[in-house]
Amino acid sequence: MSDHDTQRRQFLKTSLGAAAVAIAPGMLLFDTAHGKTEADSSKVRWGMLIDTAQCKTGCNDCVTACNKENGLSGGTLPTDSQWMRKIDIKDISSGRETSLPMMCQHCEEPPCVDVCPTGASFKRADGIVLVDRHRCIGCRYCMMACPYKARSFVHEPLHDQKPDVPRGKGTVESCTLCVHRVDKGQQPACAQACPNKAILFGNLNDANSEIAQKLRSVASVQIRADMQLNPGIRYQGL
Amino acid sequence: MADLYALRSKNRLYYVLLAIAGLVVLAGLYAVHMMESHGHIITGMNNQIVWGLPHVFAIFLIVAASGVLNVASIGSVFGKAIYKARAPLASLLSIAMLAGGLTVLMLDLGRPDRIIVAATNFNLTSVFAWNVVLYSGMFSLVIIYLWTMMERRMNPWNKTAGLAVFAWRFILTTGTGLIFAFLTARQAYGSAILPPMFIVLSFAWGLAVFHVVQTVIYAWNEKTLDADILRRKKNLLGVFIIGSLYMVTIYHMTNLYFAHKSAFENFILRDGGVFPDMFWWGYIVIGNLLPLLLIYVPGLGKAKCVMAASLLVVLGALSLLYVFIIGGQAFPLDIFPGFEVKSTFGDGQIASYHPSIYEFLLGIGGLAIAFVITTVGVRVLDFMPHDKPYVAD
Repeated sequence: MSDHDTQRRQFLKTSLGAAAVAIAPGMLLFDTAHGKTEADSSKVRWGMLIDTAQCKTGCNDCVTACNKENGLSGGTLPTDSQWMRKIDIKDISSGRETSLPMMCQHCEEPPCVDVCPTGASFKRADGIVLVDRHRCIGCRYCMMACPYKARSFVHEPLHDQKPDVPRGKGTVESCTLCVHRVDKGQQPACAQACPNKAILFGNLNDANSEIAQKLRSVASVQIRADMQLNPGIRYQGL
Repeated sequence: MADLYALRSKNRLYYVLLAIAGLVVLAGLYAVHMMESHGHIITGMNNQIVWGLPHVFAIFLIVAASGVLNVASIGSVFGKAIYKARAPLASLLSIAMLAGGLTVLMLDLGRPDRIIVAATNFNLTSVFAWNVVLYSGMFSLVIIYLWTMMERRMNPWNKTAGLAVFAWRFILTTGTGLIFAFLTARQAYGSAILPPMFIVLSFAWGLAVFHVVQTVIYAWNEKTLDADILRRKKNLLGVFIIGSLYMVTIYHMTNLYFAHKSAFENFILRDGGVFPDMFWWGYIVIGNLLPLLLIYVPGLGKAKCVMAASLLVVLGALSLLYVFIIGGQAFPLDIFPGFEVKSTFGDGQIASYHPSIYEFLLGIGGLAIAFVITTVGVRVLDFMPHDKPYVAD
């Protein structure tokens, strides 16, 4: 082996070593920043069971918690973002009144994901439907397609955003199922805030989870079940 | 000398018109700048009416851009000489309106600066993404088609290019109709009749725009359109108007028949305030019945009548699109069928929409772009129809 070859090998070894040393802390940080990655797996399907019998008319605690958690203004003008809202419904034939929270239903077949031209609307492996704010061009087609009117468009410049919840003027947003909390093993803010524990959050795919057991034992419905979108949010007592 | 003087003042008039159109384009760009810096809060659009006036203008321009090519297709595909002579002008108008319409659509985006994202990330299940391909493909195809007409050496390819454009524009307008046809949850949309309806509407709107432009060009050049050609074109316009009226009627009749859509139809046709007014007066009377009278009543149907009929068809088109796009969103989405609903997010309520000046400027800016492209095109290249002595074919 010539001296030249030895030098070249030495140089390659040193460079590789230097590169590894340079990248390793970054990779570690990247892993740490992402937290638990196993949450985002198809073994899990996050969902909610909302017991409307426990949901009180006039109580807005879940909505307030959602606004606080995600840094929303809480305004109710037609141009304000409302990721979650309370709807009061009254059966026209019987007159029975019910109150319930409405937000992104995290469909298994989300129309917003189908129609999004850039793929900014997407569904994670664990069933959470999100908007990639870096890819959203603000065409609002997803808002036209959503059967639950769950999405809002950011009409104004934003200030003081929450570090965990990136938002942006000119893009569309909706309930993230508090993905930043769920990935840390916590409950969504609305489920935690409900004084009557009307919102049960959990893994629909785990037969032993509380939500799966309850879904087996009580009658529940999907809103606009006729559209066959299989939403992850179910309602009891409707 | 008098002739030279007249020519000079006409020349001056041309540049004045062009400058006015340029100013309108600038006003549109100013509106975009304002919407960019303040957000869509300065428009009348909101979380209930997510598509507004800019979309009315943009969709009109795009649908008419496809329909105007009908004139070219009748020439190139079906071999009718008087239409063939008009194919270059029709193609120019198509490019001009497509450019105007797409500019409006693009600049109304929440993030128009990310247009490169739309061009590089394709979601294959999205009809919007298909339309990106359809619109840009249409642009290129029509340019090639024009090339085969205006460059003698390319003439042999004219028929092929004409056929390709013919097929492409059908698919393109189908794509435009599908944007709404795929919205299954909304009472106003989600109907398979929408793509064919848009195709037939495009025929009438495109021919009306073509006729307006042709009449102006003939008047500018002090020429008279052959009476036989005028008669054929006016009859064709009449047939297209009847055809579009038929499609719109069928769309509403099917909706009326479905119990779950009858509340929406009552709103849009009877109780919805501005929407039924615009539908019956704007679309049915001004956009259809008056033009049909102007075309078919014995004694009418002269050049001026046909010009007036064409302008009215355009007005009717804008009315129909306003009712269809904005009225369709104003009616509340039926999330809980059989229930009365209320919330802070407009559930169960008719949404209100007051278009702002910025949206109007953006929409009109699109029209001005189409105007500038057409007037400059007609000035620098030979788009004037050259008719041979008329032979019925």
